[in-house]
Amino acid sequence: MTDDAQSDDNVLEIRDLAVDFKTDTGLTHALVNVGFDVPRGKVTAIVGESGSGKSVTANCIMRLVQPPGRIVAGTINFMPTDMAPFEIVSLRKKDPRLQELRGGHISMVFQEPMTALSPVYTVGNQVAEAILCHRKVTRKEAMREAAEMLERVGIGEMERRIQMYPFEFSGGMRQRVVIAMALVCHPEILICDEPTTALDVTIQAEILTLIKDLQRDLKNSVLFITHDLGVVAQIADQVVVMYQGRVLEIGTVRQVLKEPVHPYTRGLLAAIPGLAPKGEPLATIASVVGDTDITTPYPMTTLGDGRQVSLPPDKVALAAAE
Amino acid sequence: MRSYLASRLLGMIPTLAIISVIVFTVIQLPEGDIVSSMLDRLQAQGVDVTQEYVENLRSQYNLDKPMVLQYFYWAGNFLTGDMGYSILFNRPVNELVWERLGYTLSITISALLFTWIVALPIGIYSAVRQYTIGDYLMTTLALVGLATPPFLLALIFMHIGFTWFGISTGGLFSPEFEDAPWSIAKFGDMLVHIWLPMVIVGASGAAFTMRILRANLLDELNKPYVVTARAKGVSPAKLVIKYPVRIAINPFISNIGLMLPALISGEALVGMVMGLPTIGPLLLQSLLNQDMFLAGSLLMWLAALVVIGILISDLMLAWVDPRIRFE
Repeated sequence: MTDDAQSDDNVLEIRDLAVDFKTDTGLTHALVNVGFDVPRGKVTAIVGESGSGKSVTANCIMRLVQPPGRIVAGTINFMPTDMAPFEIVSLRKKDPRLQELRGGHISMVFQEPMTALSPVYTVGNQVAEAILCHRKVTRKEAMREAAEMLERVGIGEMERRIQMYPFEFSGGMRQRVVIAMALVCHPEILICDEPTTALDVTIQAEILTLIKDLQRDLKNSVLFITHDLGVVAQIADQVVVMYQGRVLEIGTVRQVLKEPVHPYTRGLLAAIPGLAPKGEPLATIASVVGDTDITTPYPMTTLGDGRQVSLPPDKVALAAAE
Repeated sequence: MRSYLASRLLGMIPTLAIISVIVFTVIQLPEGDIVSSMLDRLQAQGVDVTQEYVENLRSQYNLDKPMVLQYFYWAGNFLTGDMGYSILFNRPVNELVWERLGYTLSITISALLFTWIVALPIGIYSAVRQYTIGDYLMTTLALVGLATPPFLLALIFMHIGFTWFGISTGGLFSPEFEDAPWSIAKFGDMLVHIWLPMVIVGASGAAFTMRILRANLLDELNKPYVVTARAKGVSPAKLVIKYPVRIAINPFISNIGLMLPALISGEALVGMVMGLPTIGPLLLQSLLNQDMFLAGSLLMWLAALVVIGILISDLMLAWVDPRIRFE
């Protein structure tokens, strides 16, 4: 592994993370041995289909996994620039670092802008609250900073809008508010959990551009969760492919999108309508993967070009030869 | 907002007018009137009453006029502040009503407060700690509270108070204050007595409120806006109160007006059992004796209270929930 060589550049290192959900029919393993790094100042995308464990991974980082879910194993090492590194999974519930972590060091933008804000408080109140949770400033000062951030994410007519309620905003505007709320404390990591999925296409592009521009300005690290490979190509530096709670392939965006090694990643790419050859039936993941075994949890192997894949040893040798 | 309030206030006028017609009609439905029921009583006591006396009595209270006219006499006088004369008690209705309405109001309003003070924290606790021993315990208590009729609860409390502690728990005052003029001591004496009817009348409402709050809150606890707030770093206690609870209590605010009738009728039964100087026992007697002026006035006042209660709860809901305010 190249852990030691890279660790200086990483803001987050996830190792052997496992999450179980206790259901009526028994234990469901939502995450199994998930491990990857989030490089500092870059955009890392997690891709995968529904139920592959993308959001659960994000919730683990924020320690937002609620019963019946439980983190059963693994470590998440967080290396902030301005304080001593610490491990997130073992933080006690009352540890002040946990409150600090949420919204202070790491913050999150959620999928559903329509329901992510409370309908009974003004937009200004909810954005300013994020500041008041983490810094000792007056209400007035917090409101002023909230207004500044809201302006920065592209909300005009601040005087009037800051006193408005979320239900008076459109979906795209609400997502801007949520992004402002997430960035207002200048977190090291911004986790975006499918932030554009619930928006229509034109707004999607606007929000993506916004996240990308803000990342360039604020120089934070972004963990971007999506099932849209088009979005990945637009925004990501590094890609993590997940399937059934496991990581199958990790590589740079060029490696994963241009020359995927894992059969599942190939299937995922082949199933994009726009990229498929015209006049032929669209490939499905199943048709590309075929009989290849993708459910056995093989350990991650690092290939010569730095990418990591979960494949049986004979296939690894083959891939390395390619 | 102002025009909303004005339209609601105007809307109360036809509502109350219709209620008054219904009240009047229902009271007149049984055969006979207050004079005939009085005659029955007098004759049972062996008192001879002349036909002339009866006619005089009837014409004095307009009872010999057609029904429609009688209604307008009653309604007109009611509007000018004269609620008529109770033949049954030989006193003006105004006196009787003002004497008792205050007590009924203090019991029902304090029962309402009791309901909230008890149900809010327990409901929140039960939802946040769902399926723990504490939750099961509170759920059991609530089900017992729901299943016990208030008058039975009153009897149980009075029995316990009398046999175990040797105190008489009936009434609102100790005997020495019963007819005394108002003083600080009398008020204190009332506070000592009022908590029992308050608890009894409020108990089932508290149980009901707690159960509904628990269910509402469970629906809200994992809503995306709560997760957003948690991810923002809001401390756990503040999180629950500021976000899900704030939404979950809205239905109760709109229910205050609807809870009033239940509390008032609950209070009526409890009032009879505990011998309270409230509207309940008075209303029952006046209805039994067809004392039209008294019964009609009492029913009108209760109806008016409910209509006002609903208005107040609607206004409060608009105050706490911007989604309603902006419609």
